[in-house]
Amino acid sequence: MPLNRALIGKEYPPSSPYEVGREKIRDFATAIGDFNPIYHDEAAAKAAGYDDIVAPPTFLTTLGFKFGPQVVGDPELGLNYAMVVHGEQEFELLRPVKPGDVLIGVPKIADITAKGKNEFMTYEASIETLDGEKVAIARSVIVSRGTAPQEG
Amino acid sequence: MTAKVRYGDVSEGEELKPWTYDVQRLNLVMYAGASGDFNPIHWNEPFAKAVGLPDVISHGMFTMARIGQFVTDWAGDPGSVKRFKTRFTSPVVVPNDAGNKVTVSGKVARKLDGNRVLLELSGAVGDLNVGMAEAEVELA
Repeated sequence: MPLNRALIGKEYPPSSPYEVGREKIRDFATAIGDFNPIYHDEAAAKAAGYDDIVAPPTFLTTLGFKFGPQVVGDPELGLNYAMVVHGEQEFELLRPVKPGDVLIGVPKIADITAKGKNEFMTYEASIETLDGEKVAIARSVIVSRGTAPQEG
Repeated sequence: MTAKVRYGDVSEGEELKPWTYDVQRLNLVMYAGASGDFNPIHWNEPFAKAVGLPDVISHGMFTMARIGQFVTDWAGDPGSVKRFKTRFTSPVVVPNDAGNKVTVSGKVARKLDGNRVLLELSGAVGDLNVGMAEAEVELA
């Protein structure tokens, strides 16, 4: 069944707040195998001009599990998660994420298109602090395999 | 908070030195825990095969993270990355014993305003392209 195109432009409520932890940044950097001292060591981060350690550019993927499920799991969308693959990911990074940031993600469905047998849903989330400072925009394209509307 | 590479020192078309990283099952287990993505296709071989994959596959976001390291290591500053996009073109298969090797390469595609450059990047396993990426990086 094709995805519900009436949902293009639908905005969802903000996710619950996510507090960025110091050890979480270190764990994430370690898990991706990146031992850049700016992710791990306060003194090195300060020497590089930061107030504190910062998170790697793709760290906000951890926040996706806060705001993503209400989009992909929206019953009105008609997405079968078993048919889904992650097609594309983009981050616009307005400033580095650091320990103590309390972030929310405000998602919306940006587009739904079809190509061949597959459909492509783009959803994006504005990542903000509780004070309304914009930190990043996360944009995901997910591929719904084999659900494109049939022609003719 | 400033890139180590100077805008004036790079030219359009300039190739970055390729880099190869090793990916093992352990990396995927660690990434699952750190990212919160526990999809069993990334750690459970019978499950992965039952859904038609050749074997366990890497998280696309793990590949993106490693391409990100290629960019930040080149620029010398994580904060210099202003925009970063990756399209996942083929899965990275990660057999239990051998793991796999992914080679990341890239070039300076364009010089933009504001001391920024657009990097075009790709990840490959042998001849198989696994990801196409682009990054906007602010240089010194």
